[in-house]
Amino acid sequence: MADTTAPSVFDRRRRRPAGRDDLAPWMRKTSKPVSALKGVVVTGICLVMLYPVVYVVVMSLASPRQARQGVLFPTEFSLDAYRAIFSGGVVTQGLWVSFVVTATGTVLALAMTSTLAWGLSRTRDVPGARAVLVLVLASMFFGAGIIPNYLLVKQLGLLDSLWALILPGLITAFNLVVMRNFFMELPRELMESARIDGAGEWRIFLRIVLPLSRPILAVMGLFYAVGFWNSYFNALIYINDPDKWPIQVVLQQYVIAASPIPGMTPNPDVPPPPAITLQMAIIVAATLPILLVYPFVQRYFTSGVLTGAIKG
Amino acid sequence: MTTRQRTVPAAPGTSEEEAPAAPPVEVRGTSLWTRIKRERVAYTFIVPGLAFFVLFVYVPLLGNVVAFMDFSPFLGLEDSPWVGFDNFRALLDDPELRDALVNTLTISLLLVVFAFPAPLALALLLNSLLSDRVKRIVQTVVYLPHFLSWVIVISLCQQLLGGNGFVSTLVQDLGGEPFNAMTDPDTFYALVVSQSIWKDVGWGTIIFFAAIAAVPRDRYEAAAVDGANSWRRTWHITLPALLPVTTLLLILQIGNVLTVGFEQLLLQQPAVGADAAQVLDTFVYYRGVAGGQWGVSAAAGLLKGVIATVLIVSANRVAKRLGGSGIF
Repeated sequence: MADTTAPSVFDRRRRRPAGRDDLAPWMRKTSKPVSALKGVVVTGICLVMLYPVVYVVVMSLASPRQARQGVLFPTEFSLDAYRAIFSGGVVTQGLWVSFVVTATGTVLALAMTSTLAWGLSRTRDVPGARAVLVLVLASMFFGAGIIPNYLLVKQLGLLDSLWALILPGLITAFNLVVMRNFFMELPRELMESARIDGAGEWRIFLRIVLPLSRPILAVMGLFYAVGFWNSYFNALIYINDPDKWPIQVVLQQYVIAASPIPGMTPNPDVPPPPAITLQMAIIVAATLPILLVYPFVQRYFTSGVLTGAIKG
Repeated sequence: MTTRQRTVPAAPGTSEEEAPAAPPVEVRGTSLWTRIKRERVAYTFIVPGLAFFVLFVYVPLLGNVVAFMDFSPFLGLEDSPWVGFDNFRALLDDPELRDALVNTLTISLLLVVFAFPAPLALALLLNSLLSDRVKRIVQTVVYLPHFLSWVIVISLCQQLLGGNGFVSTLVQDLGGEPFNAMTDPDTFYALVVSQSIWKDVGWGTIIFFAAIAAVPRDRYEAAAVDGANSWRRTWHITLPALLPVTTLLLILQIGNVLTVGFEQLLLQQPAVGADAAQVLDTFVYYRGVAGGQWGVSAAAGLLKGVIATVLIVSANRVAKRLGGSGIF
């Protein structure tokens, strides 16, 4: 146990793990071979993490000739695979479905989570709020299981509806608790003085609380968006209509199970690109949105919001 | 009350309930009804979320009655016959369930042995890097796989380790035998563990970084003055500081032994076969939603759910007793 005089990690002034750049000179004494070894190991780890993604991107761009030959480091490139998958077939449709589900789901999830989190941040003043909080926290310890959840969605008439992919994921207890913790650390005087000035609770929430909570909203938004974009199993059991398959199911069908992809070329006289580049291109299309959003939100991780969030 | 906040050793007793923002100005004796009326706007924040939890978390619990029925979707909940504990009896005689249990426990054990220490090791390694910039770049890289779906991870794996994949082609080019790691039941456990490590080792470091950040700097300074080199500082200061959070995570992981990567296994089972890749959750899925044996499958799910809840709650108790912290 650290001693109690240590600055608490919850102290919001100390958001970042102690950096090495501001360390005393005595900590810099490291032997050369050890540093070199560390460099090799760290580079190796980064390579293992990144190479699969790089490889898939490169192969998706390989020319049909080289792809058919099984060249591992292609030198000729072509965009044929992307032209084929974006020409309006199942892949385009899957990306569109995933986009709609992700956008709608993330907005609704943030709205639902932040309102409930704010509502439960004043458990002392609001009778019954504590009971609701207990109900929410308890849900971290159990889940109803696959069959009962399926039956519920069926009873609600949501089978084959995109709402089946959105509604069950609107609030996760963990995200709620993280957001509530963040709200409770906001300076209370602001809210109090707004109340004295006659602002209503909703006005305070929309005009003061939410603007102050941008970092946590960004991180939670990323969590929810990634969750909706990546969700596979719900679509597998709730959606039978192939026109409503999100990209993850498309990916599973045509890449992992390697079913032939229908309608891959708009012009029947032109041979479709080889299956391998098509598969690679689908993987890239499914991954790209995450790669695009990630750097923007990543800075919030290093700034430590997430550090608090994970422990939250 | 709250979740993992208490897991951080440096903040004993700073659970949020003891440091709430509001001073207790509550006027005792105000009637409950007056208080409810005064806070009526607050309920407009709570009711939608409450409705969500009731409908999507608590109502489905009732659906577990299917475990005691010979359920058929055509007859529905009203008309399907009750069969008492028949479904559970059928389960006990089911050899496939035994295989699923063995696979689940084996994979869980392998994950505890190999995947669990990985983030700790990586956190220590990254923490020992001198350059802040390098550290941040590496963190950006290693967090990334956490955000890829299992479908994408398995697809990547297939393209690299499958029959026509990168590694097999490379080995062939170098004169070796072709291989397909995606369809080989003998090496499947190793594949599952490697995938888990690849996806989440970076993400797992976050909590260790938080604990490292909580160690007071002057301890390292004092140790350095006393002549401790960086290995000894790690061994005598950093590791002991990480012990409470590590113990907690380990106990919680043990509480989760019955749950192993459901989508991960489900996606790979067609290629590698049920003998190697059937776990409890996939068993429930294949029997129920896919196979139509709703009652048996729900019984398996219920049994698993109850045991898992007991395990998690008791793991949490143990964690609390050991370190004064838990997630609940």
